[in-house]
Amino acid sequence: MNKWNGFLLVGLLASFGVACTSTSENQTDGQTQQDAQTDNRTGAQDQAGIQSDPFTDPSNPLSTTTIYFDFDRTEVKAGDREVIMAHARYLADNADAKVVLEGHADERGTREYNITLGERRAKAVSQLMLLQGVSQSQIDIVSFGEERPVAFGHDESAWSANRRVEILYPGR
Amino acid sequence: MMLHKIKLNILILLVCLSTISMPARASLTIDITLWLDNATPIAIVPFGWQGIGKVPMSMTGVIANDLGRSGRFAPMKEGEMIEAPHEGRDVNFGTWRNLNMKYLVVGKIQLLRQSAYQVQFQLFDVEKGTQIAGHSFQAKGKQLRRLSHHISDLIYEAITGERGAFDTYLAYITVSRNRKGQNRYQLAISDSDGYNEQTLFESSMPIVRPVWSPDGKRLAYVSYATGRPQIYIQNVFTKNTQQLTNFKGSNLSPAWSPDGRRMAMSLSKDGNSELYIMDLKSRKLHRVTRSYGADLEPAWFPDGESLVFTSDRGGRAQLYRIDVDNRGAAGRAERITFDGVENLRPAVSPDGKRIAMVHNTGGQYRIAILDLESEELSLLTDGYLDESPGFAPNGSMLIYASQAKGRGVLAAVATDGRASHKMRFSSGDVREPAWSPYKQD
Repeated sequence: MNKWNGFLLVGLLASFGVACTSTSENQTDGQTQQDAQTDNRTGAQDQAGIQSDPFTDPSNPLSTTTIYFDFDRTEVKAGDREVIMAHARYLADNADAKVVLEGHADERGTREYNITLGERRAKAVSQLMLLQGVSQSQIDIVSFGEERPVAFGHDESAWSANRRVEILYPGR
Repeated sequence: MMLHKIKLNILILLVCLSTISMPARASLTIDITLWLDNATPIAIVPFGWQGIGKVPMSMTGVIANDLGRSGRFAPMKEGEMIEAPHEGRDVNFGTWRNLNMKYLVVGKIQLLRQSAYQVQFQLFDVEKGTQIAGHSFQAKGKQLRRLSHHISDLIYEAITGERGAFDTYLAYITVSRNRKGQNRYQLAISDSDGYNEQTLFESSMPIVRPVWSPDGKRLAYVSYATGRPQIYIQNVFTKNTQQLTNFKGSNLSPAWSPDGRRMAMSLSKDGNSELYIMDLKSRKLHRVTRSYGADLEPAWFPDGESLVFTSDRGGRAQLYRIDVDNRGAAGRAERITFDGVENLRPAVSPDGKRIAMVHNTGGQYRIAILDLESEELSLLTDGYLDESPGFAPNGSMLIYASQAKGRGVLAAVATDGRASHKMRFSSGDVREPAWSPYKQD
């Protein structure tokens, strides 16, 4: 399993886990609302005081690093905005941090058209980040079109997994 | 505009599945999938051999394969030939008339001295009992295969009146996986029958869109070697490579002008993908399009004065035409495709009268040809994901990329729909084909 599949797996887990665990954190750990906001930026602290990495914490939207798109569409879906905002806040708060937005498409259509599609998807994500105060110099965009699929079938389940933008932090 | 389908139901009745297998040295193996019942019967008698030891190669095997692949000819099986003449005076025309042959080819290979041969052939009209072509050549051993393709061209032209395109190259991309599961991309060229494959460039990063220069000496292509798509030019003979673009964004769709002096391309450096023309000497860029959609995949008309290209400025991808001059656009873009959900990836026929494209209806991507005079669109292929159409230099065949049994293959189809054949890479996928111009040496 290559590292892209790793992110995908974490992303899927995170999208299931976010709704449930954020409220239980407040209840079981007895944390206040203010502490919960801090958690999103610097990582949750469990009762032993050990810092956890928000990027691998399934309850943290920063652990979702793949955004999916409809066929032939380049707009970010409403349900994905929270994740992108979380990444944008992280970048806005860490001016030295850089992100690569890697755009992809499914196999249908021509190879070069799919490169432009992946690029526009990555640009749509970057536009939302720029609106949140991320600096253009922090964002790098590259599209691989249909050349880097994560699923190799010829049906909608494979195609929908490939229509994506990956949010990558080089060096992490 | 009428949309009609080449009558594939007639062809299906006459399907003759035939695998002409080549020895393992070829990296591309060819399956001829069908030809029409009224393909011209031609007998190509194995050439006589005058020399020591074994005949250096079966030239007539190559010739029969070439002529069969065009869809115009049905070569006779060697095993059914009851006579084996090698020159005109040995020919008994009655025999070949009885075998229903329209044309007959006879010839000889003679060893002159070490690895130097004399080759002669004669082409006869069986009905009339007359010779219509005859040539004699001297060649070295390693030139014999190319000479076979040249003889195929001469026979084809003598009978059809059209120049043959057998002595040409194909360029294409192969993708295979190494033991660690990593992709290995290869830009390669081969003879038009898949033989003599040569690797020009190998990479672990994607390569797309190889295109031949008009003089047949160079290939331009898009490579991710630097981490993002850039355009390169490589000399096919010296392998010398230069990077043509270094702009931010995606640098795609190189297309040589017919005079070889300019390169059209699609660049997203100024926002979304737009068309530009670069002067290859000065490297100066002239912008051609300015639209909210993505503009890409330009192809030149033979007069060098207009481009056809893919644009989704109207919502979904369709083909548009725009006049260009030395400063860029010389008019407004005009939409030229109106059928189907999407039309992409145009290729202009050598005579400028037809445009091949990828045509999407109902989610199926097939190759179609638009006749610019009649405005009729004809579907040529039946795959679910056919792409990258390119004309042979005589305009009579189209090469394209297709899928077979889960793998990427190349396929070629006669532009009148008569015959098609598929070429499989020995392992992995083959894609992005480009048919070379006529060779200039």
